[in-house]
Amino acid sequence: MTPLLIRGGTLIDPGAGVEALKDILLKDGRVAEIASPGKIKANGSEILDATGLTVAPGLIDMHVHLREPGQGYKETIASGTAAAAAGGFTAVAAMPNTRPVNDSPEITRWMQAADRGASIRVFPIAAATRGSKGEAINDFAALKSAGAVAVSDDGLPILKDSIMRETLAAAARVGLCVIQHAEDTRMTHFSGGVASMNAGPMAFRLGLRGWVNEAESSIVERDIRLVQELRDSRIHLHVAHISTAAALAAVRKARRNGLRVTCEVAPHHFLLNNEHVGMYDTNAKMCPPLRAEADRNAMIEGILDGVVDAIATDHAPHAVHEKEVEFEYAPNGITGLDTALGLSLRWLHKEGKLPIGRVLSLLSAQPAALLNLKGRGTLAVGSFADVVIFDPKAEWTYNARATKSKSRNTPFDGWKMQGKVRWTISEGRIAYTSD
Amino acid sequence: MNSTAAPTRRPIHPPKASASLFPYNPGSLLSASDLTLDAISHILTRASALENQDPLTRDRILAKRRIALLFYESSTRTRTSFELAAKALGADTTLVSSLSSSIEKGESLKDTGLTLRALGAEAIIIRHNSSGAAWLLEAETRLPVLNAGDGMHEHPTQALLDLRTILAHLRPAHLKPATQSVDAETLAGITVTIVGDILHSRVARSNMLLLPRLGARVVLCGPKELLPEMAAQTGPGITIERDFEAALRQSQVIMMLRIQAERLAGLQLDLEEYKLNYQLTGPRLAALAPTAMVMHPGPIIRGLEITAGVADGPQSVILEQVTHGVAIRMAVVERALNLVPNGARA
Repeated sequence: MTPLLIRGGTLIDPGAGVEALKDILLKDGRVAEIASPGKIKANGSEILDATGLTVAPGLIDMHVHLREPGQGYKETIASGTAAAAAGGFTAVAAMPNTRPVNDSPEITRWMQAADRGASIRVFPIAAATRGSKGEAINDFAALKSAGAVAVSDDGLPILKDSIMRETLAAAARVGLCVIQHAEDTRMTHFSGGVASMNAGPMAFRLGLRGWVNEAESSIVERDIRLVQELRDSRIHLHVAHISTAAALAAVRKARRNGLRVTCEVAPHHFLLNNEHVGMYDTNAKMCPPLRAEADRNAMIEGILDGVVDAIATDHAPHAVHEKEVEFEYAPNGITGLDTALGLSLRWLHKEGKLPIGRVLSLLSAQPAALLNLKGRGTLAVGSFADVVIFDPKAEWTYNARATKSKSRNTPFDGWKMQGKVRWTISEGRIAYTSD
Repeated sequence: MNSTAAPTRRPIHPPKASASLFPYNPGSLLSASDLTLDAISHILTRASALENQDPLTRDRILAKRRIALLFYESSTRTRTSFELAAKALGADTTLVSSLSSSIEKGESLKDTGLTLRALGAEAIIIRHNSSGAAWLLEAETRLPVLNAGDGMHEHPTQALLDLRTILAHLRPAHLKPATQSVDAETLAGITVTIVGDILHSRVARSNMLLLPRLGARVVLCGPKELLPEMAAQTGPGITIERDFEAALRQSQVIMMLRIQAERLAGLQLDLEEYKLNYQLTGPRLAALAPTAMVMHPGPIIRGLEITAGVADGPQSVILEQVTHGVAIRMAVVERALNLVPNGARA
């Protein structure tokens, strides 16, 4: 592999507290040298001219659905990681709700095999329970040896107290984080159907069954109580796609009490509210649903005050024909890998005045720490050569049709974005170059 | 960032949701809220004109035009009334119902709609068990779509026929019946109470959106399991009164809704208690609202939400509603096919 020399850019490495003009030499998949501009000799390396551009640790999305094995018509590991690379990501953590569910070391390894054609690093998150049915927990040590970075039944909650308690304890013993999809399905599944949007006046007006905030917050509160009762400092509970003010408040309180409880928020939950369902737009249907404006504002507050640990997309590709159906019948989820950086920079940094380093940290250093990804989320010498180089000033308009994902179920088509990715480098190899 | 303790209002306001997802076909009738007062006046005026027109000239209005009725749910009143209305104007109608079509084989609503369009349908009347289905059908076919009831959402022609029934009895004297024009004051001073399972009722939603725009006060009445507080936020002019007898005392119009016994069971509501609190009985009506009109969109469950004596009694206009339905649907079907895409009437 030819060494890469990134010249003339502004290095922003929030984990290392660096924000300065630096040249960076990437060699053998690692960061070999960082020095003031012009100090590193080319010596046959390929030179990337990053003048005017920002050079940062490659982004890490700790919550994506790559749909392989089993649903290659929605996405494959190859297509999903190509979209990720175009979005500036150098690593994604893939949820286990595949077909079959990833609850085995075999599937966990299969997902990471070279034959999958991934353009960036894929870290599988294995199912916490067999078939994600919430009844019997898996062998976490074996899953971790196979490469799993966390356990979760995402898409479904780990509902039973006894199973969740066992999951937290067993995951702690092997040093894995438990990621909870906080939804008390006893409050969201009815005899006549499943809740398809946020409960409230809008759901009433549209004649749709509503998903109440308590269905999320009560599970988060229950989980925190279990963590407290277990008294094992190794336990790490992470709340996936948090969406309600009450759940966020519970996380904030748990943290003050010294518990290792973390959470992620998706761009759609800090940018959109349930009014965006409009007249039954299935690209505004996801789980948890778009919430009321007060909850959206609480997500912004949480990002700004630091209780939110990561921005994660919950990238959930679905084929066009699956979304062109009656609202209640449409599957949950939207794509997100293309738009996470552009939306975060535009709304959190440019409009919200959150320092760019903080935004980038939520998208790289912090998720790396949550999943314990050593040598990632930073560009310190010796770490993996996972780099995103982007033009922080460039404004552009997102066109969903141009995506590298197999799906384009996004509510952000036509939205203005800030910050255009020029190169994405995964372990020293260029994974994406803009045209 | 400022570091004051009090949370500050952050200037992060991404684009608001847009009002409408796609341009409606001007002939469509999807929601009662889509109708301007002018459009309502036009429909009422045409309903009367068409009702009084010689059937032998009336059936030339839409002679041989093709209209599909697409019914995913069973229906007596709405289906028959739309069909009779379309046929009275000379249109050819065809009925596609979910149990005797390729819908049973898994054909999607989109493909069913496109197939009907390819077969020459110029408008589709749809009844569907899922809220919003009519919007999807219109988005995919771009044909005039008439919403004959979508899930728990809306049933706009029912609201229009209810309005016509109310006006036939309570029309203010100063308004000339010949023009049938309405304005924001037409129903001023009139209280319409809707009673029962508001949560699951598309009839309630369409009436809540239509009647206040003509000046009526809409009072919703029922237990909280069937009538959440947020229902009052559906639009202006809507209030909630849990006490049935207090609601009756204020009402010139009482609209009873069908109660499904299995739904009460699912919500752990006691049927006998419901009847005790909300059944419209002869003594209750005589004592509290002796001159009010009693309406019901049907089907009625005698002995549950309403007693047989009240349903058949002198204050009941339940069958008149059905008759008004044919006239309203003639006007709505005519409007669907006689509007050209720029919105002007041909």
